Amino acid sequence: MSTGSPGPAPSPPEPVLGATVGSSSPELRAAVEEFLYHEADLLDSWRLDEWLALFTEECSYLIPATDRPDGDPFRDLFLVQDDRFLLEQRVESLMTKTAWAESPHSTTRRLIGNVRAINAGDGAVAVQANFIVTRARQSTVDTYPGRYEMLLEAGGPAGFRIRMRKAVLALEELRPHGRISIIL
Amino acid sequence: MVDSFIIDDRETPRFRVHRSSMVDPDVLARERAAIFDTCWLYVGHESEVASPHDFRTRRVGGRPVIMTRDAGGQVRVFVNSCPHRGMAVETRSEGNGRFLKCFYHGWSFDTAGNLVAMPDDEAYGPNFDRQNMCLPRPPRVESYRGFVFCNWSPTGPDLATYLGHSRTMIDLVADQSEHGMSVIGGTHLYSMRANWKLLVENSFDAYHAMTTHQRYIEMIKASGRDFSRRQQGPAAAGVARRGPLDLGNGHAVTGSVDTSGGEVMGALGRAFPDEETRARHKARRARLIELYGEEWTNRMLGGRNHLIFPNLFIIDLVMGCTIRTFYPDEPDYMEITAWQLVPNGEDERLRQLRMGNFLTFWGPAGLATPDDVEALERCQKGFAAHAAAPWNDLSRGMNGNPINSEAQMRVFWRRWNELMTGEALPPEPDVLFDPARDGRRIAGLAAR
Repeated sequence: MSTGSPGPAPSPPEPVLGATVGSSSPELRAAVEEFLYHEADLLDSWRLDEWLALFTEECSYLIPATDRPDGDPFRDLFLVQDDRFLLEQRVESLMTKTAWAESPHSTTRRLIGNVRAINAGDGAVAVQANFIVTRARQSTVDTYPGRYEMLLEAGGPAGFRIRMRKAVLALEELRPHGRISIIL
Repeated sequence: MVDSFIIDDRETPRFRVHRSSMVDPDVLARERAAIFDTCWLYVGHESEVASPHDFRTRRVGGRPVIMTRDAGGQVRVFVNSCPHRGMAVETRSEGNGRFLKCFYHGWSFDTAGNLVAMPDDEAYGPNFDRQNMCLPRPPRVESYRGFVFCNWSPTGPDLATYLGHSRTMIDLVADQSEHGMSVIGGTHLYSMRANWKLLVENSFDAYHAMTTHQRYIEMIKASGRDFSRRQQGPAAAGVARRGPLDLGNGHAVTGSVDTSGGEVMGALGRAFPDEETRARHKARRARLIELYGEEWTNRMLGGRNHLIFPNLFIIDLVMGCTIRTFYPDEPDYMEITAWQLVPNGEDERLRQLRMGNFLTFWGPAGLATPDDVEALERCQKGFAAHAAAPWNDLSRGMNGNPINSEAQMRVFWRRWNELMTGEALPPEPDVLFDPARDGRRIAGLAAR
């Protein structure tokens, strides 16, 4: 386990791929899609330790505040700003019963689409994809729509490892959800 | 509605609150009139409108407002509703612009609220009262050390009188940088399917930390923070808990004093990542001592959970300072908004530590707040059976034992009860703010 470092994860790259129409090769996209579906399946089936194993040692997991989707983790308030240490803590605690908000675990389903991927140089693959995550618990269903911006690198049993994983919510506010107790 | 919401029996001791106060729509209607329409409510921090013509829109006490900084630099608060026909004159949540323009009929106002243009003005004729067609304002707007409040009633005590001893607790935050304090970008806009008073209780409930927030404490331990020494006395742990204080008018605080000489980051902060960061924290502490003396600095760096009645918390845990306010839309649903307040000119490493530390606890996606949401929502569900199980108990500490006392919640509930029913119950004398002991004791700064 890594020790506690002060926090803010490395600055995310410029992952917006909208300006690069056609640059997402079908082969790369297919491989990335397969990886994202695998990741979603691990999360929906609460195999969080296997999910954590997808990350590199120097990694970050970020969710910007809903009113600062382009926020800078060094400057702005985020919802999630995990380095490797905090991500491990988040995952490990979610597998205990004292993560009361997820004990018992909620039922989640993830739909992932609009996947684009480009080689970003230095062995990295920049990924952008849309998501809808539903969370059912205590007779309510909350829906979290948004966009993933990820930086992957080739390798590992699943084909890729995650350096940076940012979930940008397409919500103005976290209402009536009130929390993000699952991994988005 | 029941005749009395509270049992306040100092002899037994027993303090109980009737659960109908959490579910009854008539109670909420009365709260709106007796509490939210008479008390000073938090609008925002002046740093949110740092430059002339900056604006922010939000709801305060359930009503739409705009906070602006006008051309002359003055912070203003208006009702975000056109005096012509009621449309919002600004529909964005924040921005900068010299004019606030209602798109419905095109009336425009400057950031001081004056009407500056109406399309086809001449059709109103020369005698139309343009002067008074300015943006409507809440009856009263005042600020204290950057914290802007409004009051929807034209009568009642002014802000300084209303805040009373809460001003000392605000000073402990506002003094933390000689360059001022600022709210940073990014807002936690969330909600809870629970009664708003549950979040009042929860926001300064020390008793629940070890059970509800076990996983957070485990994370802090894993970061290298040593809690084992806590058993050997508060001085060894680095932070001495102070008992709750009744600040008057329903305001209350729980807090700590840093006794570590800057060796730890508040009662709940992660361990310093390296010696360099610790050294910078101690250098900051030394500067604060130069400015304010050691006693005030140790109180500043001890942290505190501070309620400004009815619905504002300034929660400074040293590792991060949150401003949190909330408002009930329904008896069982509230909207919550939280900002992070930081010292201007802060050392870069300390800012990084702050940004990293803060989120792990606070906020709807941290390692603590989601579990509070879970607890409070399940309390709310339990209150459906209030006819069979009518009372909440908040007696802890009535025997004078300050450890995880609930006296701060009783301060809130007594004031709430007084405004709702007219029944004034005497305060608990042993938790009253004592200016000689708890006040500002630095010569030359006391009058600030």
